[in-house]
Amino acid sequence: MCIKYAMPGTYIPINYLPVAIIMLISSLIGLGALVVGLLVRPRRPYAQKLYPYESGNPPIGDPRVPFNVKFYIVAMLFVVFDVEAVFLYPWAVAYGQLGIFGFVEMMLFIVVLLVGYIYVWKKGAFNWE
Amino acid sequence: MNTEVGISLRDAIPFIPELVIICTGLIAMMLDLVVRKKGPVAAFVVFGTLVAGYAMCKLNGFNEPQSAFLNMFILDGYAGFFKLIFFINLILTVCISYRYMIIEKSSYGEYYSLLTFATAGMMVMASATDLITLYLGLELMALSTYILAGLMRNDRRSNEAALKYFFLGAFSSAFLLYGISLTYGMTGTTNLNEISATIQNLNIAGNPILFLGLIFIMTAFAFKIALAPFHMWAPDVYEGAPTSVTAFMSVGPKAAGFAVLGRVLFEAFGSMQVQWTNILIPLALLTMAVGSIVALSQTNIKRMLAYSSVAHASYMLLGVIAGTPAGLVSTINYLLIYTFMNIGAFAIVILLRSEGFQGQDLDDYRGLAKSNPLAAALMLVFMFSLTGIPPTAGFIGKFYVFMELINADKTYLAVIAVAFSAISAFFYLRVVMYMYMKDSDEPRTISCSPSMNVALAVTALMVIVLGIYPEPVLNYVKTVVFG
Amino acid sequence: MVPLSWYIILSAVLFCIGVFGFLARRNMIVMFISIELMLNAVNISLVAFSHYLQQVTGQILVFFVITVAAAEAAIGLAILIAYYKNNPTVKADDASLMKG
Repeated sequence: MCIKYAMPGTYIPINYLPVAIIMLISSLIGLGALVVGLLVRPRRPYAQKLYPYESGNPPIGDPRVPFNVKFYIVAMLFVVFDVEAVFLYPWAVAYGQLGIFGFVEMMLFIVVLLVGYIYVWKKGAFNWE
Repeated sequence: MNTEVGISLRDAIPFIPELVIICTGLIAMMLDLVVRKKGPVAAFVVFGTLVAGYAMCKLNGFNEPQSAFLNMFILDGYAGFFKLIFFINLILTVCISYRYMIIEKSSYGEYYSLLTFATAGMMVMASATDLITLYLGLELMALSTYILAGLMRNDRRSNEAALKYFFLGAFSSAFLLYGISLTYGMTGTTNLNEISATIQNLNIAGNPILFLGLIFIMTAFAFKIALAPFHMWAPDVYEGAPTSVTAFMSVGPKAAGFAVLGRVLFEAFGSMQVQWTNILIPLALLTMAVGSIVALSQTNIKRMLAYSSVAHASYMLLGVIAGTPAGLVSTINYLLIYTFMNIGAFAIVILLRSEGFQGQDLDDYRGLAKSNPLAAALMLVFMFSLTGIPPTAGFIGKFYVFMELINADKTYLAVIAVAFSAISAFFYLRVVMYMYMKDSDEPRTISCSPSMNVALAVTALMVIVLGIYPEPVLNYVKTVVFG
Repeated sequence: MVPLSWYIILSAVLFCIGVFGFLARRNMIVMFISIELMLNAVNISLVAFSHYLQQVTGQILVFFVITVAAAEAAIGLAILIAYYKNNPTVKADDASLMKG
């Protein structure tokens, strides 16, 4: 059952040096463009220009409206069924060694999930209206 | 069959009682979608529990321990006896709750499935010999009870109870996990026996990080069994939850917590006994004081019983503190007795709840002896037993715990515990006083049902029988638990 | 490689942030997130120990912790929504119907 890893030792992240340099250079370029723009461009602000959508409709109300509670129900169901699928991956990898026991156990697991699914369905949690 | 990983279908045999209980819960859930009335669902759950109990006795784990799943799970006498307590708890809860849930307009079929799932979690906890199975059992139990506490969806107090229970429960299980992680890091295993062996082999009983892990694990269980100062959730949750659920969770999770505590402390951390005893003693004393003294000022009977269960947890803990197998036997014996007397007391609280009448206030018990002499007499028995007055079972439970304390040279603890029992007599007997010595002109209806009558008869009978003739059960616990 | 102690310190710090957030913040959603933070701090330390000890036990436990945390999140949010329907607030201090 033992999985081998590289032995722990002193850590010198030499392989990441090019990445760090790239990140530094790209952020410098981005910042430089902004700074140059700020210094060079003329500034003549007026009211219409400051709208979020210039020459569009004036914005009405707060953009942060509460979500319909139905989204939460769908999200909750998704999280549960989605995360339980995590067990399928190690099972599939080790299937050859697990034999009939692994098969029966996974079928039980899926039956339990299925019962939950039928329950949710019959209770009408999937009905949007 | 390739047995490279060392697990085969034979491993499922000791697990059959759990499988039966889980299937019962699943089928009950499906049944609820088909039938409109909840009676068949409740009856099916009782039937399934009886089948699981029969299967467990047939497996004969009492005599020959059977371990399974790479030593992560064991069916032995210790686990078996706890499972019996869980089965009794489940059946009695279903019996007392059928009529009550209709009155509360919360008669959902899910109620019965959730009770079964919570019981399955407790069973796994009692059988867990590995920290992973222990955690999974605990979470199965906890998640089900969170929902049960909030089952009365339109009642604000029930909502609040579920919320508080959920937050503190989740908080405490995070502590448990951190403790598990530290223990695993120090010993390199999650198996309880191997932990114990590693502690001895590497001689790390004094390791501060391991000790920290032990403290975290104990904190989590102090939350679960509501030891002061981690008892804050208990009164609110017990008051807000549906009364039948309160009865269920004042016994089940507590028993499961003690099952795990006994196994973890004695099996895995046996060589650190000095350390954990030193932590448990102040906890027990504080719990006793808080439970007995704060209960004095309660006028809501469910809240009073909540503080009473906090106090009882401390008496049970004394058996663990004694640190001997005999001490653990006295704790288990106490738990069995506590199951009957506490569910009995809650059954009377449920009896008083009727359409449009809460019946949770101490004043509601005025003159009960005149209007309903039988109910008052039963409440008298349960209150006497909770106080610990002979010839009721509560006396026997306390007596054996205190005796084991004295045998273990911790007489001062026994003396303090007796003193606090005397204080607690005040609030238990106040209920009796209200029933027998005060008058009320209000007419009172009592919500009887056949299943409730059975539950009351069984609990009252057991409280008296165990009080008069405790030897057979005690000897049975002794042989079952320690061969 | 990064030494074990770094991971353990990271996990301890995250766990403490979670504990602090749970105790100090009064918004129930934030308290909920703090609990998730504590669980994930534990996951880090479990994986680190597991790697250090050259075993998979710790990682198996992490699998279970992740799934249980998902179930816990679903149930916690459901309870919170049920509560919110009757008392439209997420402040923990308002949940004080029962006292004493």
